Amino acid sequence: MLSFKRNYAHTLRHALVILFGLAMLYPVLWLLASSFKPNQIILTDTGLWPSTFTWDNYRNGWKGFQGVSFARFFGNSTLVSILCVLGNAATCSFAAYAFARLEFRLKKLWFALMLMTIMLPYHVTLVPQYIIFSELHWIDTYLPLFVPKWLAHDSFFILLMVQFIRGIPKELDESATIDGCGHWKLYTRVITPLLAPALITTAIFTFIWTWDDFFSQMIYLSNIKLFTVQLGIRALFDPTGLSDWGALMAISVLSLLPITLVFFFFQRYFLDGIATTGLK
Amino acid sequence: MRTSRRSPAHLQNGAAYLFLLPWLIGFFCLTLGPMIGSLYLSLTKYNLLNAPEWIGFANYAELFTNDDKFTQSLSVTFKYVFMSVPLRLIFALLVAMALNKGIRALGVYRTVYYVPSLLGGSVAISIVWRQLFGGDGAINRFLGWFGVKGPYWISHPDYIMYPIVTLAVWQFGSSMVIFLAGLKQVPSDLYEASQVDGAGKLRQFFRITLPLLTPVIFFNLIMTVINSFQAFTPAYVIGDGSGGPLDASLFYTLYLYLEGFAYFNMGYASALAWIILAIIALLTGIIFATSRYWVFYGDGKEGR
Repeated sequence: MLSFKRNYAHTLRHALVILFGLAMLYPVLWLLASSFKPNQIILTDTGLWPSTFTWDNYRNGWKGFQGVSFARFFGNSTLVSILCVLGNAATCSFAAYAFARLEFRLKKLWFALMLMTIMLPYHVTLVPQYIIFSELHWIDTYLPLFVPKWLAHDSFFILLMVQFIRGIPKELDESATIDGCGHWKLYTRVITPLLAPALITTAIFTFIWTWDDFFSQMIYLSNIKLFTVQLGIRALFDPTGLSDWGALMAISVLSLLPITLVFFFFQRYFLDGIATTGLK
Repeated sequence: MRTSRRSPAHLQNGAAYLFLLPWLIGFFCLTLGPMIGSLYLSLTKYNLLNAPEWIGFANYAELFTNDDKFTQSLSVTFKYVFMSVPLRLIFALLVAMALNKGIRALGVYRTVYYVPSLLGGSVAISIVWRQLFGGDGAINRFLGWFGVKGPYWISHPDYIMYPIVTLAVWQFGSSMVIFLAGLKQVPSDLYEASQVDGAGKLRQFFRITLPLLTPVIFFNLIMTVINSFQAFTPAYVIGDGSGGPLDASLFYTLYLYLEGFAYFNMGYASALAWIILAIIALLTGIIFATSRYWVFYGDGKEGR
């Protein structure tokens, strides 16, 4: 009797978790289904299976607007994301190596300042940064988007990697030093290979945040040829309600595809990365 | 003291500062410099074309005495933060607890619940949200099953906050993953011991789980509060991009964006930026200050 009761509770909890999970996924599934529905029924059809199935939305959406196709926007987003990923991985790990392994003057001060910048809302630097970039004639280029990443501006990742490097046994460094390794060699040959999980976490997060970033792309880019996917979608979408909904849904699905794929391929690093940064 | 500080034997200044160089340049040119810059600009009138004109505290005076949109944007943002943060954390904790009890295929559920956090920040999902909460959208259909006639969520100023809050709560997965990791740290013998002593489930939750989880709750709370104050994309896309209807979606960041980058009142926008910094700093300061009364570190250590 008792085991029956326990089984019952167990099944109930399982069912609830599944049901709730499905409800959570409904918006995403609805988006996917809508992208295959003919235009006129999208706004009223709440079902998850298209009654009539069409590829037209993808064909129409991909064409883009004003003579620029979405192939271009996807290419642009990919370029910006890759530049950002490389920048963050390189410069944040440099800084992390210095903080975790080297002794130098004012180390405590810099480290404290670095921690403070993690919590700093971007508003307070926004306007002057815009002025600096516009003085440099960087408006309508990708420089304002990726140069900050090459200057280790996302200090969150520095902290992540400092924590990680501190966990690497120091004996490795010492024996490498005895073998005649300098700091650069130590960084490239000893630390970097062991840092791989943290580097991958950094790369994935940077990729997703850059891909999804809307605010700074909107501020710095106005030339349609330079538009990223997010800007392209926003331009297709007309809040007064006259959008080509089918095309919009199709492109939305495509825009979510890269981050979803990256997530599924690197899930292990991803979820564990969140957990460890959260706790340490 | 002085000699030891000067002794070069254990200092690696050269190498260290080389490794630190990109960050240092970034810190001075992209963080500290601009912070000082925006503090100065907040005391001027500046439109990007003419030189900044010094006006003292006039921007702040205007904001606090004569700007209804400022008060409105603050109230909208506070409403959003105070609704979305607690809901999001409660959902995250409850689902984490449900998943933590040795459920099969934990990885799959963890993934399913994380997907919204992954996709939720995009323009695409904000557009989907507009549709779900539209007059004929899925939400109103669902309410219709129970005989409730749903309102016009998007176009009515009294209701637009709810779709935006729902979108934030929907993304509870990232907090949940952190809670899950925290729950794993709770030693199971504590539960066994308390069971022997006759403690019920509810008592176990309030006497064991919750206290041991307070450091994680504290971390999640700080991060979620800071991030929530900076929300922009949902307000911009679910609303009409200029704060409508009737300024009901005029989030603080949206107002700052409009002042700075639509009307080019850069001085005014800088003043707005410093006020939100002060507000966020004050709130996190309060959370930090109260933390010693409610955050419990099991090993008796202070701080993290």
